[in-house]
Amino acid sequence: MHISRSMEVLVGLFVAMGFMALFFLSMQVSNLSASSSGSGYNVQAYFENVGSLKVRAPVSMAGVKVGRVTAIEFDAQEFEAVVTMTIESKYDQLPIDSDASILTAGLLGEQFIGLEPGGEEEFLKEGSRLELTQSALVLEKLIGQFLFNGQSGD
Amino acid sequence: MLDYFQRLGERSLSMLERLGRGTIFFLKVLMAIPSVLIRPRLVISQLHSVGVLSFSLIVIAGLFVGMVLALQGFYTLSDFGAEGMLGVMVAASLIRELGPVVAGLLFAGRAGSALTAEIGLMKATEQLSGMEMMAVDPMARVIAPRFLAGLISMPLLASLFTAVGVLGGHLIGVGLLGIDEGGYWSQIQAKIDFQEDVINGLIKSIVFGWVITWIAVFEGYDAIPTSDGVSRATTRTVVHSAFAVLLLDFILTALMFGDI
Repeated sequence: MHISRSMEVLVGLFVAMGFMALFFLSMQVSNLSASSSGSGYNVQAYFENVGSLKVRAPVSMAGVKVGRVTAIEFDAQEFEAVVTMTIESKYDQLPIDSDASILTAGLLGEQFIGLEPGGEEEFLKEGSRLELTQSALVLEKLIGQFLFNGQSGD
Repeated sequence: MLDYFQRLGERSLSMLERLGRGTIFFLKVLMAIPSVLIRPRLVISQLHSVGVLSFSLIVIAGLFVGMVLALQGFYTLSDFGAEGMLGVMVAASLIRELGPVVAGLLFAGRAGSALTAEIGLMKATEQLSGMEMMAVDPMARVIAPRFLAGLISMPLLASLFTAVGVLGGHLIGVGLLGIDEGGYWSQIQAKIDFQEDVINGLIKSIVFGWVITWIAVFEGYDAIPTSDGVSRATTRTVVHSAFAVLLLDFILTALMFGDI
């Protein structure tokens, strides 16, 4: 079968466009360009209740994303949830007594971890544990408390 | 009544027989692939007829699917004041589902049917047996290059479909509906995961490309060598590939995203 040059050029163009589309998808449309996976250190925090926090949820400080939640497990000894998060290595000067709370983005948005800086001179490092934590706000408990308080007030 | 059961059994037996023949055929194609790799020009000319000629259809369809998704998504999302999420909705549904599936269905209709008709007609006009007579293996010369071309083209076409769809959504969302451009991209980048979404979508399109091309070349090769037989085989290609794509899509989605 004879193959003309223009056919080869068209096939080359097609394959090139296909790979360009794939490149566009991975760079512009997905988090590949934004993610800084691998370069970071892990810290742990124990929460009484994590609510609907998910793995890969952002960890932010002052509203800026500094890391991600990498694992959520249950500790059968302390009956608490262990949340492991990876903080990007460029943020390596966070005080060791920073506290972590589970916050909600907007009224119905997804949950994320907000860090508040402490005052210690020592910094968080691989394997540190955040001692001060505040659990997720569980709407049902809140409503229950509200009802209970209302009744006792009468 | 007995007659009915007899026919039922016959039909299921013939279905099993076709499945078996198809599988053996697929193995034969696999064995013929090494001899194609030393003559890549055969694959290039098939890439032209399978891939390049489907290009315009895929791009136009992708553009319009993306634009419609943006319009419909905006209608629903604006009720919740969540128009900013439009980009995520368009991109996620395209990357995870619509890109591979719709591109697969279009590919089956555009390229799969052409493959079946071409191979079936080659068989009907005894070109395949003529090749065998000349000691040319039709598997290596005709079937395997087409199979490879389909396998290569489909993921590229699906990626093109998705990319153009996301751009179409951008066109409507940012251009017509007035969503913030930076928000469109940053929401997408925050939500779409490379491994979870892009790679899984790519795997889907590879699987669909494999099954569609397999069905198409097998139906052509297995067609009854009459004009009626070729026409039936072409119809079967489109119908069976559409079923196979939708069924496999369900299975793959359950495997990939089922735990979320």
